[in-house]
Amino acid sequence: MSGVDQAAPGGTTTARGASPTAVPLAGATAPAGARGGREAYDSGRRWEFLYFAVRNKKLLLGLGVEIIFVLAAIIGPYFAPYPAKEFVAAAALHPSSQHLLGTTYFGQDVFSLLLDSLRESYLVGFLGAAFAGLIGLAIGFVAGWRGGWLDEVLQTLTYIVVMIPSLVLLIVIGAYLKSHSAFFEGVFIGVTTWPWVARAVRAQTFTLRQRDFVDLARLSGKRGPAIVLKDIAPNMASYILLAFILLFGSSMLIAVNYDFLGLGPTNGISLGDMLNLAELWSGLQLHMWWWFIPPGAVMTLMVAALLVANVGLDEVFNPKLRET
Amino acid sequence: MSLSVENLRIAYRTLRGDVQAVDGVTFAVADREIMGLAGESGCGKSTLGNSLIFIEGRMKHVGGTVELDGKALPISDDRAMNHHRMRDVSIIPQYAMSALNPTKKVGTLAHDLLKSRGMKLAKVLPEFRRRVALVGLPENVLEMYPFELSGGMRQRATMVISTLLNPSLLIADEVTSALDVSNQRAVGELLTEFRDLGYVKSMIVITHDLSILAQIADTIMVMYAGKLTEKASASTMIDKPLHPYTQALLSSLPEVGVRYEDRELTGIPGRPPSLLSPPPGCRFRERCPFAYDKCVEDPPFMELLPGHQVACWKAADDVAGGAGREHNEASATPSGGAGDASPERGPSLGARAGKGAE
Amino acid sequence: MTRYFARKLGLYVLAFWAGVTIDWAIPRLMPGNPIAAYVDRFALNSQGPWTALYKLFDKAFGYNLPLWDQYWHYWDNLFHGNLGISLYAFPEKVTTMIAQAAPYTLALLVPAILLSYVLGNRIGAMAARRKVLDNTVLPLGYLFQAMPYAWLALAAAFYLAAVEHWFPVEGGYAAGLASGFTWAYISSLLYHWFLPFLTVFLVSFGGWSIGMRNLVIYELETDYARYLRALGARGRLVRRYAYRNAVLPQLSGLALQLGTVIGGNIVTEVVFNYPGLGHLIYTAATDQDYALLQGIFIFIIVGVLVANFVIDIVYIWVDPRTRLSMQGAAA
Ligand SMILES: Nc1ncnc2c1ncn2[C@@H]1O[C@H](COP(=O)(O)OP(=O)(O)OP(=O)(O)O)[C@@H](O)[C@H]1O
Ligand code: SF4
Ligand SMILES: [Mg+2]
Repeated sequence: MSGVDQAAPGGTTTARGASPTAVPLAGATAPAGARGGREAYDSGRRWEFLYFAVRNKKLLLGLGVEIIFVLAAIIGPYFAPYPAKEFVAAAALHPSSQHLLGTTYFGQDVFSLLLDSLRESYLVGFLGAAFAGLIGLAIGFVAGWRGGWLDEVLQTLTYIVVMIPSLVLLIVIGAYLKSHSAFFEGVFIGVTTWPWVARAVRAQTFTLRQRDFVDLARLSGKRGPAIVLKDIAPNMASYILLAFILLFGSSMLIAVNYDFLGLGPTNGISLGDMLNLAELWSGLQLHMWWWFIPPGAVMTLMVAALLVANVGLDEVFNPKLRET
Repeated sequence: MSLSVENLRIAYRTLRGDVQAVDGVTFAVADREIMGLAGESGCGKSTLGNSLIFIEGRMKHVGGTVELDGKALPISDDRAMNHHRMRDVSIIPQYAMSALNPTKKVGTLAHDLLKSRGMKLAKVLPEFRRRVALVGLPENVLEMYPFELSGGMRQRATMVISTLLNPSLLIADEVTSALDVSNQRAVGELLTEFRDLGYVKSMIVITHDLSILAQIADTIMVMYAGKLTEKASASTMIDKPLHPYTQALLSSLPEVGVRYEDRELTGIPGRPPSLLSPPPGCRFRERCPFAYDKCVEDPPFMELLPGHQVACWKAADDVAGGAGREHNEASATPSGGAGDASPERGPSLGARAGKGAE
Repeated sequence: MTRYFARKLGLYVLAFWAGVTIDWAIPRLMPGNPIAAYVDRFALNSQGPWTALYKLFDKAFGYNLPLWDQYWHYWDNLFHGNLGISLYAFPEKVTTMIAQAAPYTLALLVPAILLSYVLGNRIGAMAARRKVLDNTVLPLGYLFQAMPYAWLALAAAFYLAAVEHWFPVEGGYAAGLASGFTWAYISSLLYHWFLPFLTVFLVSFGGWSIGMRNLVIYELETDYARYLRALGARGRLVRRYAYRNAVLPQLSGLALQLGTVIGGNIVTEVVFNYPGLGHLIYTAATDQDYALLQGIFIFIIVGVLVANFVIDIVYIWVDPRTRLSMQGAAA
């Protein structure tokens, strides 16, 4: 239930690994409603979450920072001082009032380029998280609900996907497939990172399946898929949200790896592409730090904000973690 | 007097304010006494029990004192308390089935625990083995991991470990509630046996199951919403309860093994008040069929009859004015009014109550 | 016991089979014709020699055979330790090239993984109970965890190497140094090794420490920990138990983590031009050196499987539950 195989740096353990072991408890214990506030019952619980959410500093900080970056990604390009990809000035200018972050080796304005590349990084991150989440949920639900041989098969599949390092696979594919889109990158990330979601969802479905309310639903004649979607999934809502946030962050980091190696989408520009170009054109040797430090720093902040928001949300959902 | 508790108040710190889970309780437990503690879920039984040994993270000792064997028990001083834990006070916690570290063998756990307390397992090993056999666990249980044991076995193992140092006071929190009926009775008998053999001097047995208390307890104490409502000898409590809440508890308990938890209190709808900001006056007022104007004041916990303490205005009136003066209709209820001999009590409960009070 | 191992072994075999099959299938599934692309590189300007060369290579690579035969040959070669010949470094054998690069990668990965795991666990467990440490380790951990490997490597290379000259910017050892068991050579190796190692180490370290902190906090809240404290056990014993139990999920996390670290290692090797497998597979891809590419892929998969095997063994050793449930139930 812990761990992710993503050929990405990012969530080394938390974004993937061990923490989900602790995290899922939010989803697993909350439905029982047994511990902590006995006063908290269904409709009340939503308000309780909101109550704690607006008071959680980590959540507010993480979310606040993330919203700033998302806004910059959406409307930033319209306010960029220069057209991002055009060669607007002399090459390799130091940062100045004219060019806040200097210019590239080719004379592009780094700040404008940075604003422009946020979008693709977010897009790929979102696609990757969405696909990984959907596949993971589907496989986890089916394996956990049906059990038996189907469970065995799906577990084996999960295991195999974990065993094959995704970056290595993409390098091999990339050597043959010369051009592809951001959509492809997102799907590829999704297809290679779902296992840890599937494992956690499977384990929780397994436990929830044995609860009374599921028996009740079964007795009332509901069919399996309906029970999974209407009775089991809502009980894991908090976990699914937390997992999605982690996936989002890790997908963006994986994409940086890919883009840095020139395996990213052929058109367009992302934060990883900026690092790639800076490296290819000796930005390092030329000491053009303004070319490669800002994109990575921005990515770090984007992902760190997600991680922090995730910890905050976890505290909101999981009363045990709340500080008093 | 083995244990005496004076006006003890324990609260939980929460983000919304303090939850007064134990709100000024005063009682005593004599040497060799088994005192039963009953009450609806959430009324503060475990909090009371836990506070006598370990005030953890969110709990707060608001006030009151505890004395054990004539010496003050420093319950709010975690460090000073350490010396008394397990030696003078011990506990079989409500979560006994998960109280053992799953990755350590039972014997290793006991060894590590004693070593950490500066003692050697080897010294008590023969006794340990004897007790393991006494509670009906296999001999090699010391070499087994908790996950190899059933829930009931784990509970018994916990029972043996907790009482290894022959404590003066043992708090047994819901030791029977997760068991089937025959096991419940067996564990109940084990508890008395532990007392009779001198493994523990006195005991507070917290439970949902009044019939178990009828079987083993000498005295019974009932709590409601953080306060004591009634305390008397087990037979008095079962045959002649004075507090309307106790009467309701008993009338809603028809058979052995059925926990009042599982049923609505007959004729008394509603739930206990929130402990976050409890209403003034008698806490049972909202649900009490006998509530009258005086009940807006907090009824004191007073000794109305010898050895019989009650916190209820009506009961006080009844006792003062002789049986059945004003609320005569009450004696029509199965539990009867004050001073009633009530021969129509259910035979099963009555019989066991007699045994418990021996 | 045997059943458990048989099961695990079955999984390994299956994963290996899947890896090899994917490796074999990719060139055949991808759009475009790898042989044509290869022949194109000779920049022949007339059609005649082009076709001749094409036929020659098509045959040499066996692409003219029926698919089943190709698949069969592939396995056959594999079992004879024959991964083919590099096109780019012709006529060097792929196996030789891998054997030359692998030590560098292992020298980065093994210490980075082990040290980050051990230190991360220790520091994370300490952070779980010391406020001061928690307030420093936690934010730092999240920061490292949120850093792209490529960027951390670039930043380290820029500041520590390019600007301050404390370390070399690239390479595995000083150019022109003869390899051998000499102090000059070994110190040069270490000197070049440090920055790439640091990069891979730091990112993993962040993850392990945060994970451990959360797990230990969780373990300290469990019933068994409460029980021990209620019976007056010292904090040290409770923490020892909590640590020991928290290590178990971290250990299974380690197995799941390998792919990520390997990916990060590749990127890091590329930044530092470090002559390991990551750098080799990257150049093989850019040079379209297919045999080399596929050979490294297989090699890495085998490496992951071996590492998993080791972790499995350790897990059985530290977790009594697997040890005892091995006779019967599922893995
Ligand atoms: N950790 C906690 N934080 C906040 N409130 C708590 C906590 N534990 C218990 N409470 C509250 O304190 C009150 C008393 O709880 P306690 O566990 O003592 O009840 P109990 O009588 O033992 O119930 P049960 O019969 O279900 O075991 C309850 O209202 C509960 O909501
Ligand atoms: S004091 Fe009043 S309200 Fe409370 S139990 Fe007695 S009669 Fe009922
Ligand atoms: Mg309780």
